[in-house]
Amino acid sequence: MTAPLLELRGVNKAFGGLQCILDLDFEVGENEIVSVIGPNGAGKTTLFNLVTGIYAPDSGDIRLDGESIVGLAPHKITNRGVARTFQTLRLFLNMSVKENVMAATYGGTRASLAESILRLPRARREERESRELAEQKLSFFGQRLMGYRWNQPAYSLSYANRRRLEIARATATNPRILLLDEPAAGMNPVETHEITELISQLREEGGYTILVIEHDMHVVEGISDRVIALDHGVKIAEGTYEQVATNTRVVEAYLGTAATERK
Amino acid sequence: MSETPPTQPEPTGPRIGADEWVARSDERAETRGGISGRVRAWYERVPKPAVFAVAVAAGALVPLLTAQTENDIYFLRVGTVALVFALLALGLNVAVGFAGLLDLGYIAYYGIGAYGYAMLSSDKFGLHWEAWLVIPLVVAVSALVGLLLALPSRRLVGDYLAIVTLFFGQIFYIIATQGYRVSFLGLNKDLGLDRANWDLTGGPNGIANVDRLGAFGLTASSERAYFYITLVAVVLVFAVLTLANRSRTGRAWRALHDDPLAAQAMSVPVNWLKLLAVGLGAAVAALAGTINAALLQGAFPDDYNTQVLIIIYAMVVLGGAGSLAGAVLGAVLVSVFMLEGLRPQTPIGDLTGNGRWVFYGAILLVLVTTIRPWRRLAAILGGIAAFGVVVHAIVAATTERGTDGLLNTAPDTFEEGGPLGWLIRQWLALPGGTYEVGSRTWFNVALVGLIALVLCMTLVKGWMRDALIIPAVWLAGFVWETRLVLEASGPTRLLLLGVILVVVMVARPQGILGRPRVEIV
Amino acid sequence: MDAFQLVAYFQDFQLTWDYFLDQLVAGLTLGSLYGLIAIGYSMVYGILKLLNFAHGEVFMIGSYIGFFVLTWLGGAADPSLPIVVVIALMFLAAMVGAGLLGVVIERFAYRPLREKRASRIAPLISALGVSFFLQQLAVLLFGSAPKQYDAFSFDSGSFFTSITIGPFEIQYMQLFVITTTVCLMVALTIFIARTQVGRAMRATSFDLEAASMMGIDVDRVIVVTFLIGSALAGAAGVMNGLIFQNVDPYVGFQVGLIAFTAAVVGGIGSIPGAMAGGLAIGIGRAFSVGYVSSSYQDVIVFVILIAFLLLRPSGLFGTPVPQKV
Repeated sequence: MTAPLLELRGVNKAFGGLQCILDLDFEVGENEIVSVIGPNGAGKTTLFNLVTGIYAPDSGDIRLDGESIVGLAPHKITNRGVARTFQTLRLFLNMSVKENVMAATYGGTRASLAESILRLPRARREERESRELAEQKLSFFGQRLMGYRWNQPAYSLSYANRRRLEIARATATNPRILLLDEPAAGMNPVETHEITELISQLREEGGYTILVIEHDMHVVEGISDRVIALDHGVKIAEGTYEQVATNTRVVEAYLGTAATERK
Repeated sequence: MSETPPTQPEPTGPRIGADEWVARSDERAETRGGISGRVRAWYERVPKPAVFAVAVAAGALVPLLTAQTENDIYFLRVGTVALVFALLALGLNVAVGFAGLLDLGYIAYYGIGAYGYAMLSSDKFGLHWEAWLVIPLVVAVSALVGLLLALPSRRLVGDYLAIVTLFFGQIFYIIATQGYRVSFLGLNKDLGLDRANWDLTGGPNGIANVDRLGAFGLTASSERAYFYITLVAVVLVFAVLTLANRSRTGRAWRALHDDPLAAQAMSVPVNWLKLLAVGLGAAVAALAGTINAALLQGAFPDDYNTQVLIIIYAMVVLGGAGSLAGAVLGAVLVSVFMLEGLRPQTPIGDLTGNGRWVFYGAILLVLVTTIRPWRRLAAILGGIAAFGVVVHAIVAATTERGTDGLLNTAPDTFEEGGPLGWLIRQWLALPGGTYEVGSRTWFNVALVGLIALVLCMTLVKGWMRDALIIPAVWLAGFVWETRLVLEASGPTRLLLLGVILVVVMVARPQGILGRPRVEIV
Repeated sequence: MDAFQLVAYFQDFQLTWDYFLDQLVAGLTLGSLYGLIAIGYSMVYGILKLLNFAHGEVFMIGSYIGFFVLTWLGGAADPSLPIVVVIALMFLAAMVGAGLLGVVIERFAYRPLREKRASRIAPLISALGVSFFLQQLAVLLFGSAPKQYDAFSFDSGSFFTSITIGPFEIQYMQLFVITTTVCLMVALTIFIARTQVGRAMRATSFDLEAASMMGIDVDRVIVVTFLIGSALAGAAGVMNGLIFQNVDPYVGFQVGLIAFTAAVVGGIGSIPGAMAGGLAIGIGRAFSVGYVSSSYQDVIVFVILIAFLLLRPSGLFGTPVPQKV
């Protein structure tokens, strides 16, 4: 087994008196799809925030491809290959669809402001490459975000399209690992099914490693190589979907102790 | 790693569905809105380079249309000042419009440019360096100061950044006005230095006898020369900023403006970009400062205080933050109509009826843009007109005419303000002694009444509030004619600028040429 | 100058214990003023997350209202009513007038932006506009020359005579200012802790959306917040006239910045913090005037602000609240 792409060892995070993550050990291997489940408040988004550098862990280590990323600024972590979407959708609403995706190519380009203003060759080339990359990433979603859509402001998109745009934007950073925070939230069954297919496609065709937070168990079942369950900041189960779904502690966490006693 | 290449760039099916309806919201927004909507739609369709070329050509023609008489030099100077303000507005747009940072210390960079030039090209320290050396040097120093100031502030959220930068602007003003007795804590003599203190900035009197712009043997000394120099500067800066906005940096600024957290997650180095925005703005402001110092042949601290900062903000906000054309438009409008147009006994002041067009026009504009639907608007406007005429008629019938009378409605006794002034006086009922400095009783009474009415308006809703608008507007006109119009060159025009800031934010935050923004709440 | 001369120079006067206490009392008096204004800033920021730039001008208007009441009652030298009544009326008028002004400002300059869900910067720009408008209105109406309270003439100057309390020598005026502030603080604390409206204010400052969902009329709470904060600023305005003898249209801007620093230092959003910050800044300024030089007192305030914003942005009494992403 090769070294894991993402590794957390003994990570702790507390806010004031509330311990959000307690002594967490966690691994994601290259090209895996791992799902993180757990009731609300279990610490799942906090986990994402720790990995992407928005918070720094109180103790413990987070390693990407063997190198520690603790303490790095968020944009540097993204440059190393970690991209994410947000639970509450954070698009650049006043920019167009294409510009949203192109904005994410900043880390992959080098032209300085002076070069851009003078339209020097490197700047022009990078601009063209960014545009082509954006179009390519957007085409992943079929026709939904194509053509005339490119110049529409992001606030004019429907909810499902906004979620897709956010994923497209994240992939434009050319990441090694994608962190998707509840990608199917608020979607109807048809859209949910599409998202499930999409995540598999992202792994097959894009070669991304994917870490997903999800509540919808159909999605989790459909995509996961492995599932990790958190509750109150603690990992309570890990394994395949079948193993975790039938785990007593997991059932208790979601439904309460009486449920398991009745079983 | 391969992705599915796009097979068809255009969708082949019919454009229907909920998604479609939402996507077309912009088109619909353009077609509604009556006249202003149509004007806006037309403007959106005109290719922008054409607008730019026309504007530059118009600007270039201004000096040629004027001969060398007294009046025409005045117009030329007004134009040059407007262009200097345009430069300032463009610079402020980088931090405020592009990156969404509230830089309230911006005026300090303007001052650094002016004082820097004044110190290096005047008799002050005996240096008479040439413009080609001084200007880039001063601009670079200002950008550096901007970067340094923004450095500790980079982690501050918008509100705190505003306060810190505001303080810095204050500190600059203090340094400029106190800088004529600088010493090492008063211990110069004791340290063996031959002077008790140094005069660095000239204190409240500033630095005078500053050189004209000169390079390679040529000196710019005519009004026309400065107009063209400033015009060239505006065109250059406009072009540079447009190109910057379309680059990866401009995209990153806009991403930072919309959502700094998401921008960081998408590889954008938010802190560095904040510094860059402030620094670039500082550079442009310093350029404007050097030109201003050469134009006025001096650097005086009151040209670089908070009042001027508010004026520049009013220009940017009115024209539309985020829009470079808007910044220039706002600068020209405010500079010509408010700063000049409210000065009595000047050509432009006379043109605007000493500001009457501006004042009444602004009130009308606010009413028209905030009151919908048009039926309600028509009713209110009609009510205002009728109210005035009726009051005028009642007063005419019941009181003595004549300049000593209580209320004088004789139209031919006054000649102020041309035809518009005459019209206004038919609508109002003005006391004797109006337009004479010192007669204030009626003004005070009306002002108290106006304030009371405004207070009542906060308490009621619906039709009662609409009804109260009518006497309120009448009283506003009364207050204007009996006092404010006389002192229009002083606090009145600044007062109106404050009003502009509030009204634009409340009624139309995107200003004239800006695009309406959607904010994440 | 060698070391001995330096010590001698200071020993002459400045390093005496009496001088120190004088400066301390002056600082407490000044600090009470700043604290009252800072409370208004803190309260509004706590609920609306808005920096109310116009608050300083409300203070200035309160100062003018006090002046006009004083003049209307005959002036400090020859008042038509007993001095105690005169001062009480000044305070009452200033607090009511300033409070109403605050309510009007909220209604016209801030509430429409809240209803339209405008950006974070929009209310700040609106506040700038209001501040500028009020300042220039005051210049227009009252002139830019300062108006004199002439509080020296109260009771033929007895208002400024000192009495000795323990080690302190304190003027009647200073004593008055400090005790009035204490009374106002006590009243405010009781109000917030015990009344229905006070509870609603605390809830709203904690979480505006949740409070509105629990049936609290958030708009009403905001109006009350502005009313109280502005009334306190009005009281501070009258005190300003009593301490400094005069009032001019530009004092609002300058004092506003200082009071804002006090609010940040004390922990923005916290009322006791605002008062603590005010006292700290007041004492800091008094010492800088007394021991360094009066030209640089603003610079010192600036340095204190920057230091706090960088090292401890939550201030002395604020609690750092992490942002939920």
